[in-house]
Amino acid sequence: MQTDYRNREKRRRAAWIAFLILPPLAIMLTFVVWPLLSALSAAFYRWDGMAQGDFIGLKNFADVLFGEHFAALTWRAFRHNLFVFFALFVVQNSVGFLLAWFIYREPFGFRFHRIAIFMPVILSTVLVGFLWKLFLDPNFGLVNQLLDMAGLGGLRQPWLGQETTALPALVLANAWHWIGFPALVYLAGMQRIPREILEAAKLDGCTGWQILTRVVWPLVTPSTTITLTLLFIGAFNWFELPYIMAGLDGSPYGSTDVLGLYFYRTAFGNQTAGIQDFGHGNALAVLMFLFIAVFATIITQYLRRREVAL
Amino acid sequence: MLAGLQTKSIVRRTLGKLALTLFAAATAFAAPGQAQAEDITMWSWRQEDKAAYAKLIAAFRKHHPDINVKFEAFEAANYNTVLSTALAGGTGPDVVQVRAYGTLGVGKPDYLVPLDKTMVPEFANFPDSAIAAETMRADGKLYAVPFASQTMLIIYNKELFEKAGVTPPNTWDELVAVSKTLKEKGINPFGNGTATAWQNETIVGALLSSLIGRQFEQDVLAGKADFTDARFVGALARLNEIKEYFAPNFSGVDYAASQQFFAAGRAAMFAGGSFEIANFLRQNPKLKLGLFASPVAKAGDERLVALFYDGGYAINAASKKRDAALKFLRFLGTPEFGTAFSNELQNISPIKGVVFENPLLKEVATLNQSAMSYIMLVNFRYQEPTGSVLLQAGVQKMLAGKATPAEVGAEVTKGIATYYAPFKK
Repeated sequence: MQTDYRNREKRRRAAWIAFLILPPLAIMLTFVVWPLLSALSAAFYRWDGMAQGDFIGLKNFADVLFGEHFAALTWRAFRHNLFVFFALFVVQNSVGFLLAWFIYREPFGFRFHRIAIFMPVILSTVLVGFLWKLFLDPNFGLVNQLLDMAGLGGLRQPWLGQETTALPALVLANAWHWIGFPALVYLAGMQRIPREILEAAKLDGCTGWQILTRVVWPLVTPSTTITLTLLFIGAFNWFELPYIMAGLDGSPYGSTDVLGLYFYRTAFGNQTAGIQDFGHGNALAVLMFLFIAVFATIITQYLRRREVAL
Repeated sequence: MLAGLQTKSIVRRTLGKLALTLFAAATAFAAPGQAQAEDITMWSWRQEDKAAYAKLIAAFRKHHPDINVKFEAFEAANYNTVLSTALAGGTGPDVVQVRAYGTLGVGKPDYLVPLDKTMVPEFANFPDSAIAAETMRADGKLYAVPFASQTMLIIYNKELFEKAGVTPPNTWDELVAVSKTLKEKGINPFGNGTATAWQNETIVGALLSSLIGRQFEQDVLAGKADFTDARFVGALARLNEIKEYFAPNFSGVDYAASQQFFAAGRAAMFAGGSFEIANFLRQNPKLKLGLFASPVAKAGDERLVALFYDGGYAINAASKKRDAALKFLRFLGTPEFGTAFSNELQNISPIKGVVFENPLLKEVATLNQSAMSYIMLVNFRYQEPTGSVLLQAGVQKMLAGKATPAEVGAEVTKGIATYYAPFKK
């Protein structure tokens, strides 16, 4: 009688678990794993626009990595992604950390600042892109007008029109959009630090800077693991903002071209200039996926170990 | 309560419709010999044309009351993807609006029904260049009835020209003089900017065609010249000399901003396409617009505009209603349709014998009589790097002061040489 009841209970539990796991698993398989695998398989074929041709093995991969014309663009885009990653690390994550520290100490009006910093995060990228495109307009844009008003008219630039300023301008627009996210994550991390530790440090005669670098920074490493990993994935998947602000070609003359744009216009074609090429496009997508997956794992593993070492 | 009532009435109406449909289906089965209106569908990427097509289709139904055409439009940027996927799956519409040149946006020839003059006698109404635009590169067969041509030229603001006391230039030197006068009078000569990559190609087509010349295009196609040729590089050098007359800070001015410059009456000229006309007038109906073709090097040279075709109408090979689709296609090749199309959509139909109501379209049609092709789109858009990609980036770089005309010519030639045999040396 007793075992019967237990068996029934066990079966019910199993049914529940199956019910909770199977549907998401099915959805994952259909909408994530299957498209990934089909993209992978498509990369091994010759494509004439959208029409699949013969199996050609690794040729598409070899083309985009080492082939004439393709390779130069691939590596240029990759270098731009690297720049974006490091630049965002400085202006988005590091400044986000300092902002979090600023708010953590609850200065006058900190509630307002907390909201103000986080506000842009909830805006859509499309909106942010258009907004910043307007701000950066060389003739009517807010940025140049502010420079004029500050008596710095000599610094006026066609920001998005020259190779030296276009990519940094995009990075700054992105940082403006997202800086609230690392700030919030770091703030949460800081709020978890027991007050006694900070007080003890203060009593031991640490300066504010020492507390920040020697005590707070090491204690928020779990937050760093999150923000850095997401930043890495975001920087190498970067597409929407450059697409809206610079166009599919990475205008001007390729100086804002990143892997996301390059992959997109290779696969789906750029209506105003290019053709569709699914084979090379898919090869690029697969390479991007592998690169991001491998390095994001390494970064996470490394940072996790640092957390434990504490 | 009210909501409940509404739901009930909707249910009743839906049931009523269902009954009617069943009844119609039953009668259709009962009397198979009887003439029934046949539904065919047509796909397009031009959502903005929906209302106009309703009228055009109504005109067709006057001739063929037995055929009903359903117009369905998709977002332009995704159209090729949606269409190719449907065609590859053996579905899709009966009549397909396809893009021009080479692949027609469908990839494989077997997805469409090959056409010829015996099936569509109306092909005789089109110029050869229009027919060539709807020929698939893979097999050299003709697949579609062309619809619109676009012309690269210079649009100018008549009032600003009058105010500055200048007239449309004929030679390049006159263009420079006109630009100088306009600038002295405080008017931006050109609204153009270069921040949007593809605009750089339209600027070349609009301003430099007469300098580049038809012979150069023929020589390139015959393998006798490449883009380092003095005619091409020399033309780029002239363009480089007049960039100071573009919109202020032109390297940061994108397509939308340059359109606004001109439409707001802040610039006197716009180097662009005939497709801009309707757009400018929509933004500012008070504009008095004039047109002229690219200026010549010396008086007496042939003045040219650059021309390309937008696309065509084809029949899906998987369609079960080929006959009806063919009848519709033949109608789309008649001057009657061309005239209605041009006047409804303010686009140039390439069909001979079309009568334009809009005086500006009439002017475009006149300029089209001496045209060369919009060279990269028409001839070098089949493989990466396309001529368009190379030219757009090259000119953008040159106008930013980061490359010489000769370097642009060499770069374009080198890129195209990766797949174009005559350039390989």
